[in-house]
Amino acid sequence: MSGQNNEQMLEMYIFETEQNIEQLETLVLSSEKELGFAEDALHELFRLMHTIKGSSGMMSYQSLASVAHHLEDLFYYLREQQPQNVDYTILSDLVLEGIDLMKVELQKIKNGEEADSDTAPLIKSIEDYLQLLKQQNGAESETAVALAQPDSAGGFCARADAVTYKAVVHFAADCAMENVRAYALVHSLQAEANVLQLFPADLDDDDSAEIIRTKGLTVYLQSELEAEQIEEIFWQTPFLNKLELTVVDSLQSEEAAWDAAQLPKQQQNNHTAASNSVISVSVNKLDKLMDLVGEMVIAESMVIQNPDLNGLELENFEKAARQLHKITSELQDLVMSIRMVPLATTFHKMHRLVRDMSRQLQKDVQLQLIGEHTEVDKNIIEHIADPIMHLIRNAIDHGLETAEEREALGKPAAGTITLEAKNTGSDVLILIKDDGRGLNKDKILERAREHGLLTKMTAEMTEKEIFELIFLPGFSTKDNVTEFSGRGVGMDVVAKNLEMVGGAVSVSSVAGQGTVFTLKIPLTLAIMDSMNVKVGASCYTIPIISIKECLRLQQHTLLNDTEGYEMLMVRGECYPIFRLHQYFNVKNAVTDLEKGVLVMVEHDKKSFLLFVDELLGQQEVVVKALPAYIKERYQSKGISGCTLLGDGSISLILDVGGFVQ
Amino acid sequence: MTEMAAQEYWVAEEEEDTQKGKYLTFSIGKEIYGIEIKYVTEIIGVQPITEVPELPDYIRGIINLRGQIVPVMDVRLRFKKEFKEYNDRTCVIVIQFENIAMGLIVDSVEEVLSIPDADIVSLPEIKQNTNRYIKSVGKVDEEIKLLLDCSKLLTEEEMESLAEI
Repeated sequence: MSGQNNEQMLEMYIFETEQNIEQLETLVLSSEKELGFAEDALHELFRLMHTIKGSSGMMSYQSLASVAHHLEDLFYYLREQQPQNVDYTILSDLVLEGIDLMKVELQKIKNGEEADSDTAPLIKSIEDYLQLLKQQNGAESETAVALAQPDSAGGFCARADAVTYKAVVHFAADCAMENVRAYALVHSLQAEANVLQLFPADLDDDDSAEIIRTKGLTVYLQSELEAEQIEEIFWQTPFLNKLELTVVDSLQSEEAAWDAAQLPKQQQNNHTAASNSVISVSVNKLDKLMDLVGEMVIAESMVIQNPDLNGLELENFEKAARQLHKITSELQDLVMSIRMVPLATTFHKMHRLVRDMSRQLQKDVQLQLIGEHTEVDKNIIEHIADPIMHLIRNAIDHGLETAEEREALGKPAAGTITLEAKNTGSDVLILIKDDGRGLNKDKILERAREHGLLTKMTAEMTEKEIFELIFLPGFSTKDNVTEFSGRGVGMDVVAKNLEMVGGAVSVSSVAGQGTVFTLKIPLTLAIMDSMNVKVGASCYTIPIISIKECLRLQQHTLLNDTEGYEMLMVRGECYPIFRLHQYFNVKNAVTDLEKGVLVMVEHDKKSFLLFVDELLGQQEVVVKALPAYIKERYQSKGISGCTLLGDGSISLILDVGGFVQ
Repeated sequence: MTEMAAQEYWVAEEEEDTQKGKYLTFSIGKEIYGIEIKYVTEIIGVQPITEVPELPDYIRGIINLRGQIVPVMDVRLRFKKEFKEYNDRTCVIVIQFENIAMGLIVDSVEEVLSIPDADIVSLPEIKQNTNRYIKSVGKVDEEIKLLLDCSKLLTEEEMESLAEI
């Protein structure tokens, strides 16, 4: 075993456990909503807890394993006894507390720290609760089980006589540490069955890993459970690849049983298929793949448009070239789509937030999710989780009225928060809607005046402009700071976070009916719709978002101010002109304003004209950063990055904001 | 584990060893310069260069090296020599120093030489600030190769710009 292998296992463990915990949380929250745990949910919860326990035990994270173990006990009881008197809120609280603790531990492991939180109090309360449950339901449940026994085919019902089984187990080829895994398996078996004999017998011996790898682990066990139930226990072991379970009369007659072991194989196939359907890949690799595909597209056009081919009639070549083009563009689309992740995970996290807050603030809140399958770039998701969380917090804390107020207004007592995502082609819109009291214009204005944020006469401001004031830094209407919102980091942080990914936030509101926040985010960071322009021999790229219009100088009035700056009157408005060739010192550029093209761009509500030689066309470009060497040393204003054009040459992407300064 | 790691270590060490004492030499005008081979990633012909505004003249711009954007430095201009038109002999030596990738435009690339430490002498310090890109001098068959200091070649402009002020 090498160190790298260990690291891979740790990575795998963290990834798996994170997913399991997330699944757990979703299950608990949805069960809580239905006021009870369905039987499937209980099974699933039990299985997840068991997996977490097993893998944490194997990685020897005792705190995680023991919490999972005790929660598992709890669910075991719930599943087996199906007690009637259960306070599900307490149960959910307990489980969520456990989940939180496991999350903390996992974060510590990720940071390379010791996972050493004190689990004793939590375990104590779980045990107490279990004890309480048992007391409350003691007599009742026993009869229930007794009644349920004859027809409960799926449950773990006891059989009168114990049967001896022989199981041959193989682990996935690359799982490593077979003997430790085997040990964990045997350990979990011991809870349900009587393990008689093992081959290899000594799992502590390092050589045993090799034997298990080649010949598999052979376990003889005695149990009262059905074969299917035993199998279930086996399959809970991570990395289990192959299982042959047979009933043997006694230990001696096992040879005869070999042939009968074919049946479980089909099942085995199902299991591996399910575990292979999703893999996790590091984003770096994806980025590299995307670069390579980009290069391939360029190389393709270099071959197909090769000057050596000019004037030749090449029918077959053309055909082959078309085929190549089809494949490369398909490949490009696919690579782009790999980076796209559905918003569902981010959205589902909000359930927990809403639950906790509605408890804490004594407000009944429903969270509605729409369009959670909308996909956006992975990088962007990381940047929008916080703003969404912030907006939901605000909506619940400030937006929604208390139940009494709502009833007095004739609204349903429970407030509704709607989180909706939709795709508009180039952007994704995320709407956070509440049916609360809406924004109060007078209060906003008053507040803005207090903080000196007003730049216009209040009478002249439109409703939209007033609402927009809340995104200004230093604006927060809530006077009393609560646990959830109003901590001084206000809406301006939301706006700033979105700006970072090239998005924007806007708000609309109707008094008494609610508020809608709309987050507009680009589908992807890496690709941008843009206009290529030529200046001298160089090519520059302007993002389409910032272009308002392109025009040629005709009857417009040209002005010169005293400092020699050129201005142009367009439809009664005056715009300054930036000559790109002057700004970038480009030689051989067009200098006659009438012969070139003026591109009107806008940044931060300021518009100006860029003078270029000619427009080369609109194109979707893949944005690349400037080399670190250049970025570090020269803070060139006006250039935000670069991109590769179809012919392999580089074009610089203009940062319109940079010109303003 | 230990066996594999030891082997890896051994391989790495050997690689280090084969590169040690080897220099890629190139010419600028009449002088022959040498650069430690371990920094050199590859040698390519002159590519179309995209100019980036507001950079010192010796940074000619950026090139597209199979999807990677690499800045290129004209070593002639860096050494305050006259600009010479690029031709078939002109080469770009792509080096990777720490985490900076840089293309060096040189008149022509000569060869890879082994220069034992014994044949390398440090430069006499005539006065401060001279010969600062040259670390030492290597003697090969009566010929003199000027060995470059990569870190100074790439990172010394701050001092220079201060001096200009």
